[in-house]
Amino acid sequence: MNVLDKKAIQHMIAARTAKELTGPCTVNLGIGIPTLVAEYIHDDKVFLHTENGLLGVTDVEEEDIDPNLVNAGKLPVGEAIGASYFNSANSFAMIRGGHIDVAILGVLQVDQTGVIANWAVPGKNIMGVGGAMDLLVGAKKVILAMTHTNKDGSSKILKECTYPITSTRSVDMIITELAVFKVVDQSLRLIELMPGVTIEEVRAKTEADFIAD
Amino acid sequence: MSKIKTDIQVALACVKDGDTIMVGGFGLIGAPLTLIDGLTKKDVKDLTIISNNLGESGKGLGILLNQSKIKKGIGSYFTSNRDVGDKYQKGEIELQLLPQGTLAESMRAGGAGIGGYYTKTGVGTQLAESKEEREINGVKYIFEPALTANVAIIRAHKADTLGNLVYYKTAQNFNPVMATAADIVIVEVDEIVQPSELSPEEIVTPHLYVDYIVEAQQVLTRKGVVQN
Repeated sequence: MNVLDKKAIQHMIAARTAKELTGPCTVNLGIGIPTLVAEYIHDDKVFLHTENGLLGVTDVEEEDIDPNLVNAGKLPVGEAIGASYFNSANSFAMIRGGHIDVAILGVLQVDQTGVIANWAVPGKNIMGVGGAMDLLVGAKKVILAMTHTNKDGSSKILKECTYPITSTRSVDMIITELAVFKVVDQSLRLIELMPGVTIEEVRAKTEADFIAD
Repeated sequence: MSKIKTDIQVALACVKDGDTIMVGGFGLIGAPLTLIDGLTKKDVKDLTIISNNLGESGKGLGILLNQSKIKKGIGSYFTSNRDVGDKYQKGEIELQLLPQGTLAESMRAGGAGIGGYYTKTGVGTQLAESKEEREINGVKYIFEPALTANVAIIRAHKADTLGNLVYYKTAQNFNPVMATAADIVIVEVDEIVQPSELSPEEIVTPHLYVDYIVEAQQVLTRKGVVQN
């Protein structure tokens, strides 16, 4: 896979994920592929929340970049019409209090019940957790926007997570470059194949059990 | 007595060895860079720093870290400074990792005189190990104690001479909540104005929380941290 392919794949996942968002709703985008989802949202009633203290995130032109206006990935962003700023405690009270409709997250692993691992790798120093655990317990709906496999081709959708889990809560949906799964009653249900992908390919690249109707 | 100090070391005179210090900022954004620089020039050791990150490598709190003045870090995302991992590996620093919402809420509780609280965040994960678990209305929660500090050093946009504070965009982050949770609060600002110049409605941190005010000498710009 060359670099261009990787970027194209990330954008394909982001574009498909954006279709799940219809306003009015508030959405928190995680770091990586989830951040790209913003480029594909064309509904002005989808309000983006970033946990470092802004509701109403929009993109920013190069000449308007302000070093004190960033998202949770510390990337420069803009301020949408109707935006508001607040402190970190209020921002996380929005998340933990169940006021965010959708969180879109990246992961290291997800298991066949929808439980994810996205903050720590065994054998390495555990140095950061950020807002991952808060979003998992607080967001009304959690969608994963992720590549289906690791660089070495191994599945990221597993029978069981081998890395430390982020929460006991299951996510609601998994969107990859190969397929879309819904998590129903703690099992994975394949609801869509991405263009040109066969179910055999999905089976070959998915360690987890899933139901295909 | 005026809260305004022109000498950074005078403002920081209250900081002692072994103190717990809250430091505002999300990385370098909204971090009190002038006061952190003051700490790097002060003879002080064994500090416990409560801050989302320990700066970046060689920047902000990263300098204080490299001077081995930090005994313990309490935060949510140390990954942003690779030097933290190296120090931890050598056993030169103790770390306490908290979910970012728990970090913020624990300070909010500390500032409001609350001893601790129960949260769903972290239940069933490695970060809940050894924490008290309790079921409330059929839902599992863990107990998190409040956080307080001897001193908070924070960043705001403007202060009036009384110490009322307003903030700028996402540079607000942890600063207002830290202002409530420490015995002594030192703020650095872009501008000091007269009390009549801030409207009462726009004030985020009322003056009763603020002890000392300094003008920022180091600011974050598009070109990085520069001397003002």
